[in-house]
Amino acid sequence: MKKTLIIAGAFMAALALPMEAARAAEQVTPMRHSWSFSGPFGTYDRAQLQRGFQVFREACSACHGLDKVAFRNFAEPGGPEFTVGQVDALAAEYFVQDGPDEFGDMFERPARAADRWPSPFPNSAAAAAANGGKAPPDLSVMAKARTYERGFPWFITDMFTQYNENGVDYIASLLQGYVDPPEDFELLDGAIYNLYYPGNVIAMPPVLNPEQIEYPRDAQGRPVVPETIEQYAKDVTAFLMWTAEPHLEQRKRIGFQVMIFLLIFAGLLYFTKKKIWGRLGEGEAQGRNA
Amino acid sequence: MSAHSTTYVPKNAAAKWLESRLPIIGLVHSSFVAFPVPRNLNYMWTFGAILMAMLVLQIVTGIVLAMHYTPHADMAFASVEHIMRDVHYGWLMRYLHANGASFFFVAVFIHMFKGMYYGSYKAPREVLWILGVIILLLMMGTAFMGYVLPWGQMSYWGATVITNLFSVIPVVGDVVVSFLWGGYSVGNPTLNRFFSLHYLLPFMLFGVVILHIWALHVPGNNNPAGIPIKSGKDAIPFHPYMTVKDTLSLVIFLIVLSWFVFYMPNYLGHADNYVPANPAATPSHIVPEWYFLPFYAILRAIPNALLGVIAMFASIAVLAFLPWLDTSKVRSASYRPAFRVFFWLFVATCIGLGYLGAMPAEGGYVVAAQILTFYYFAHFLVILPLLGLFETPKPLPNSISESIFGKDGSGKSGSAMPVGAAAQPQSK
Repeated sequence: MKKTLIIAGAFMAALALPMEAARAAEQVTPMRHSWSFSGPFGTYDRAQLQRGFQVFREACSACHGLDKVAFRNFAEPGGPEFTVGQVDALAAEYFVQDGPDEFGDMFERPARAADRWPSPFPNSAAAAAANGGKAPPDLSVMAKARTYERGFPWFITDMFTQYNENGVDYIASLLQGYVDPPEDFELLDGAIYNLYYPGNVIAMPPVLNPEQIEYPRDAQGRPVVPETIEQYAKDVTAFLMWTAEPHLEQRKRIGFQVMIFLLIFAGLLYFTKKKIWGRLGEGEAQGRNA
Repeated sequence: MSAHSTTYVPKNAAAKWLESRLPIIGLVHSSFVAFPVPRNLNYMWTFGAILMAMLVLQIVTGIVLAMHYTPHADMAFASVEHIMRDVHYGWLMRYLHANGASFFFVAVFIHMFKGMYYGSYKAPREVLWILGVIILLLMMGTAFMGYVLPWGQMSYWGATVITNLFSVIPVVGDVVVSFLWGGYSVGNPTLNRFFSLHYLLPFMLFGVVILHIWALHVPGNNNPAGIPIKSGKDAIPFHPYMTVKDTLSLVIFLIVLSWFVFYMPNYLGHADNYVPANPAATPSHIVPEWYFLPFYAILRAIPNALLGVIAMFASIAVLAFLPWLDTSKVRSASYRPAFRVFFWLFVATCIGLGYLGAMPAEGGYVVAAQILTFYYFAHFLVILPLLGLFETPKPLPNSISESIFGKDGSGKSGSAMPVGAAAQPQSK
C-alpha cells in the first residue's frame, strides 16, 4: 500500500513541477494586506468602511456605478452603519429617474433610501464614449469579480488557512500600482502603466493622490489615519468588500454557531456509534469494530 | 421487492389499516430498518447516504432559490444579487446550493472510486453500476445548466463552448446546436430552457436513485472483503448500526461543507462569474467548474474537434462497460495487490487530468493531457482486462466473519442477525 502511494506521489510530482514557470510571467503577484474582515472571526471596521465610502464618492463615483447597493444598506447592521438621517440626507443629494407621471413623461426626482445608487452614465455605451472607448465597470461585486492565481501548492493550502482575500489584495495592489514602467517596457503614447494589471496596460488613469481626500480629524487636528495612497486604497477596497458581501459578518457569526453545533453533534454521534457497535463484541477481537 | 414484508408486523389498528392498503411502512422497515448489511462495511459505504442527503439539500435550497430567481437574460444576474442581498438568508441558500453542488460531486467521486476499488460493479451488481453511470450523467447535465443560470461571464461562455460541441455531429450538427440554443447564439431562450430543465432533471435523478437503491437491495451491499454474506453471523441490521454510522459520517461531511459555505463560499467558483455576461467580451481563460476539469482536459487533448467530443463522452461511457472489462474473478482490491497499484495510478491520472483541465491548452500541458488521456482509456481497455488474467490474488477468507475475527475467533461474537430467511436479501 505504501509503495503504491509513493509511486503515485512521484507520478503526480513529476506532473506539477515544470508547469508553473510558464504562467508566472503573466502577472506580478499582488501585495498581501491585512484585512479586518479576513479569517473566521473577521468583521468590518466601521470607520474604515465610512472612510472607504468617502473615497469611493470623491474619487470613483464620477465614472463607476454601484447599482446593486441601495442607500438604505448604508444604515443596516454589518456595514458602515451611518444613521438613518445621514442616509436620507445622502440619498437626497442624488437624482434618479422615475415615472411615467400622469402625462406619460419620465421625470427626475431626488433619491430616497429605498433607491439604488444611480450610475453616472445612463448606459454602457455612454460610459464607454465618455471614457476613451472602455466603459468603467460597476463596482458592486468587484471584490468578488477579481482574483489572482496562486498556483500549486497554495490552492490546496489556502483551503486550510482560509485565505480567500485574493480579490481585495489584487484591487488594493492595483490602486497602488501606478508606478513608472521599467526601462525596457515599451509604453505607447497615452497608454497607462500599472504594475499589477494583467498585460500592464490599463485603461483607468490613477485617481488617488496623497492628501487628495480629507479624512476625519482627531482632537489634535491630525487625520485619524494617514492620508496616503496606500491608506486610500485599503479603505476603498474594504468598502468594496462590503458592497460585494454585505452579510459577511452575519455569515461568519452563523458559521461559528453552525460549526460548534456540528462538532458537538459529531462528538455525541461518535460515542453513540461506538456504544451501539460495541454490542457486536468485535472491539476486542481485532482492535476495531468497523 | 416483496409484496409483503415479513419483518414488520403492525401493532395498532391505524397501522394495520394502512399496511393492508399500501404496505409502505413495511417497505421502509424491510429496506432501511431490518435490511441486513455486511458487518465489515467501512466508512466508504456511508457515501450513498451522504449523496441522498446532498440531493435533498440541493432540491430544498434550489426550490427556495427558484422562488426569487428570474430566468431572463436581462434580469438573471441582478436577481441572484437580489437573493444575496435582500432575501432573508438568501446568501445562505445561494452559497449552500453552489457549494452543495461541488460537495455533491466530491461525494459522488468518492462513491465511484469506492465501487471501483472494491469491485462493486461486478456481477450481480452490473445494473446497479450502470444506473450509477446514468445518475452521474444526470448530475453533470444538471450542474452544467445550473451554472449557466447566474448569467455571469463563465455561465455564458461555458454554455457557448459546451453547446457548440454538438456542432461536430456530421450533417445535422449546426441545426442541432441552433435548436438547443433557441436562436443563433446562446441567449435568453437558452437561459429560459436551461432553467426549466435544471428544475426537471433533479426529479428524474431522484427516480433513477430509487431504481439504484432497488437494484442494490436485490443482491444486497458489497463489502470490503468482496465475498458474499454466508450466514446470519456475517450480517447486521441496517438500523441501528448503519443509521448511526451514516449519520456520523454525514455530520462530518457537513462540517467540511460548512467550512466552505461560511468561510470560503466563493473559493471553489470562478471570479469571472461575478462579471455580468457580455457576448462581446470573451474571457481569457474559459474553464468549467472543478468537477468537469478532467473531462475538459480529455476534450481539449485531442486535436480533432469531433474526436475530442467523442473521447470526452467515451470517458464516461467506458464506465458502463466496467463490469465486463474487468476479468478478475476476485472482487475486492483488498485481495488484489497488483490491481491496487494500478487503481491508485488511475486515481492520480484523474487528479492530473483535473489539474490540466484548469491550465491553458498550450505547449507541455497539451502533451501531458494526451498522455494521461491515453492512460485513462488504457486503464479500462488494456490494463483491467489483462490484470484479471495475469495477476495473483491473495487467498480469500472463508467468510466475512472470518475476515474480521480470523479463523479461530468465529465463535467470539454473537450473531447480530436472525438466521431465518426473512432477514436475507432477496437473492445472493
